[in-house]
Amino acid sequence: MTQFSTDNSYRPDVCVLGGGIVGLSVALGLQRNGLNVSIIDEGDAGLRASRGNFGLVWVQGKGDTLADYAKISRLSARLWPQFAQDLLAKTGINIELQQKGGLFLCLNDDELNQRKTLLTQMQKEANGDYPFEMLDLQQLRDFIPEAGPDVVGATYGPEDGHVNPLLLLRALSECFIKQGGKIHHSGKVRKLSKQGQTFSIETTTENYQCDQVVLAAGLGNKELAPQVGLHAPLTPNRGQVLICERVKPFLHYPTGHVRQTNEGTIQLGDSKEDVGFDTGTSTQVMATIAARASKMFPLLKNIRLIRAWGALRIMTPDGYPIYQASQTHQGAYLVTCHSGVTLGAFHNGPIADWIANDKQDVELEAFHAKRFAI
Amino acid sequence: MMNNTLYDLAVIGAGPAGMSAATCAAEQGLKVALLDEQANLGGQIYRKLYQPSLKDESILGADYYQGRELITQVQQSQLDYFPEASVWQVTCPEKNDSTSLEINLSIKQQGQQLKAKKLLIATGAQERPTPFPGWTLPGVMTCGAAQILLKTSAMTPASPLVIVGSGPLLLLIAAQLTRAGVSISGLLDTRPKGRYFEALPHLAGALNNLPLLAKGLALMAEVRKAGIPIYKNVTDLAALANPSDRLEKVSFKTCNKDEEIHCSTLLTHQGVVPNVQLSRALQLDHIWHKDQACWHPVKNEWGQSSHPDIFIAGDGSGITGAKGAANTGRIAALKIARSLAKISQGKLTKLAQSPSKKLAKETCIRPFIDRLYYPAQTFLTPEDDTLVCRCEEVLAKDIRHMVKQGCTGPNQTKAFSRVGMGPCQGRLCGLTVSNIIAEESQRPVDEVGYYQVRSPIKPITLGELIDLDK
Amino acid sequence: MPNASPFNRLESNSDTWVTLYIEDQAIQVPAGDTVAAAILGAGLLPSRSTPISNSQRAPYCLMGVCFECLVTIDGKENSQACMTQVQDGMRVSKQIQAPDLNAANTLEAKK
Repeated sequence: MTQFSTDNSYRPDVCVLGGGIVGLSVALGLQRNGLNVSIIDEGDAGLRASRGNFGLVWVQGKGDTLADYAKISRLSARLWPQFAQDLLAKTGINIELQQKGGLFLCLNDDELNQRKTLLTQMQKEANGDYPFEMLDLQQLRDFIPEAGPDVVGATYGPEDGHVNPLLLLRALSECFIKQGGKIHHSGKVRKLSKQGQTFSIETTTENYQCDQVVLAAGLGNKELAPQVGLHAPLTPNRGQVLICERVKPFLHYPTGHVRQTNEGTIQLGDSKEDVGFDTGTSTQVMATIAARASKMFPLLKNIRLIRAWGALRIMTPDGYPIYQASQTHQGAYLVTCHSGVTLGAFHNGPIADWIANDKQDVELEAFHAKRFAI
Repeated sequence: MMNNTLYDLAVIGAGPAGMSAATCAAEQGLKVALLDEQANLGGQIYRKLYQPSLKDESILGADYYQGRELITQVQQSQLDYFPEASVWQVTCPEKNDSTSLEINLSIKQQGQQLKAKKLLIATGAQERPTPFPGWTLPGVMTCGAAQILLKTSAMTPASPLVIVGSGPLLLLIAAQLTRAGVSISGLLDTRPKGRYFEALPHLAGALNNLPLLAKGLALMAEVRKAGIPIYKNVTDLAALANPSDRLEKVSFKTCNKDEEIHCSTLLTHQGVVPNVQLSRALQLDHIWHKDQACWHPVKNEWGQSSHPDIFIAGDGSGITGAKGAANTGRIAALKIARSLAKISQGKLTKLAQSPSKKLAKETCIRPFIDRLYYPAQTFLTPEDDTLVCRCEEVLAKDIRHMVKQGCTGPNQTKAFSRVGMGPCQGRLCGLTVSNIIAEESQRPVDEVGYYQVRSPIKPITLGELIDLDK
Repeated sequence: MPNASPFNRLESNSDTWVTLYIEDQAIQVPAGDTVAAAILGAGLLPSRSTPISNSQRAPYCLMGVCFECLVTIDGKENSQACMTQVQDGMRVSKQIQAPDLNAANTLEAKK
């Protein structure tokens, strides 16, 4: 199989627009449901949020204003081990999923109290079924001895974890192809339409046809959605990520701002900016990220930064996903979120099942875009 | 730490291009900052020239010492020179914004920032990566490294010593080391048959610079006279280790015969290519130069890049050698002076005449040299089991596998295999990766593209970054 | 310590020499040397082992491009030897795989 062939006789059941973590996760789930799937992807030069993210499989604190979001995040976390196992079995690639829990460090009392209020509230709303722990500095040091004196405390979420996002992308890709899927790096989709029962996809290089189409093109969904009777009010939100040299392992739990990968690289992040489609970095924000990280872990002061980038989160107005089936163009589905890694297993499971069989085992009504109507 | 001066021009790199440009700009009344990561002026080609290490000046030859003039000119100029300045990021505003460029640097582990209206990148060239089996063994170094050792430390590498590759530098270093008393066990020419024939059509151009041609011939004669065993059309090159993982010998084929030479040092060279790290990080346009098999930043005849306030001069804009570099530096500086209205159009035209003529003389020989010394394919797209990425230890076959898995470009290949993610950030693997992807997917290198290079282009500690958090 | 045949020093103009401690052995080097030249002169080859496979490496380009010359200088791991000028009393040792931030931290605390 080569991505450059034009096999005009082959017509997939479903075309997934976008070959990132979201698109691939859904595509694999569709294959599991017996469908022939093709992925139409923009190519190496696209914005590609899947290459820029932090790799957290994160639950704590998510969905404080939407209980259903908390539910699906936790569900996804529970489905993740099997998903990772499947990928390992089918591709031999270990995506380094680790779910020993995660920590959110706070550098002042206000922050810590805010966090406590948030999680306590969420626990109440879940009738007590929402595990977390408040830690002071001493207790935090049981987890991470290197936590600095400026840290006042942290919240521990036992269901949190992380994964290697690049290995994940690679494993998803290889698995998809192994199972007969085709990935077309066709450039941007110029026109999406439906004639009768058939969807027609025109890219800058090729045309495709299929029975169903899934919009999983990240920020690209904004332009695609209206063409099939859907609505994707998406805006980019930049997060700058700093990558430091490999060092011997010391950070054995992921935190919301600092994480150490399996091979020893230290990743710093978690900034939020509205800068349009700029994937660059700014000295001020980088310095702020660095300052915060070295307050959390003073030994990081001497580590070397070797690369930094800006990644664009795909944000809806309320920050929650959109999962929606088109009414006017039956067979078109919108799948968009900014936590594609955490929700990967959920997309591979219940979302793919929903698209394939039109049955919902999970409540998706809350994720309909009509909630944005004025 | 912020330097509040707004410079007219910041020059990054104090080699011949940078020194020449800085001096020229200062002459025209510009406020100039000259930044360089070395402790003193000279760049690589005139390294340590301010205070030469070797007592015997005949070893390196007259060309090296000719650079003294440029150094003296800088020392006598009105400009701000920042030695040991490692530039790790340059941010430029939008093209139509009139605010200045911001240069982030680190001097002795202290973060600093300065601003300039115009930027001249004069960061020079680097050796083309020369992947072959065993090229990462302790004892294998570039020919340029051996020359740097002579210049900075009056030191010669451990014997027995073998030189391998292609390019004028091979002859030069062989001659210099011989003059230094090193007995060279072999000079292995890896060019395939036919290079002389291929270069012939360009001979006319070369004949316009007879002195340079004559120099080449003289070096050839010197090397032959020294009795250095010369092997031609060398293939199947491999560096082999002893049980302690140190270089023990080099094996190769020539005239269908298997050969082996014991050596403690193997000097490798396949030509020099522009160092595009900064120009790439600035997202300037680049073009693939087919005859030199490398990337050039796109520039006009004044050295102006695809960003109107950023200029490029010297070997970083295209290999022209030291003399050519001094002239491109001067030409760019004059244009920059004009763009800041420090000189008239008439003066620009007048002053640019001489360096332009001199530059033409240096560049006319390039097509001949490019063809004559074009590397053998195996150094551009090495065999499967050869290490392509030294930092992340990724093999050529891993890259080929990625292409088969659907990677269409170097960035996805990087994401999937970690190639280019190490400390060197692609400097030693970028060219090879683009070449391999192009070959495997049967597309031109220009279409395949290059890594997206990001700041910091030199590593800085978080501590230095925090210094800027004001 | 050095297990390789050392590089050879020719007659030089250097008149100032400093003491470097390379793998705890005192070595006299000219003041203008880079640490890379000093370790080559002293025969410290290999000078590092890679984080991934523990492969042996040594300086390769000497101009700051290849990052092979990483060594530990005065307790600071992963320092580019070719970009560092020698200073009197400097302590240099082989870089063993990835840096240990905790070790550096202890060293800092001891100062």
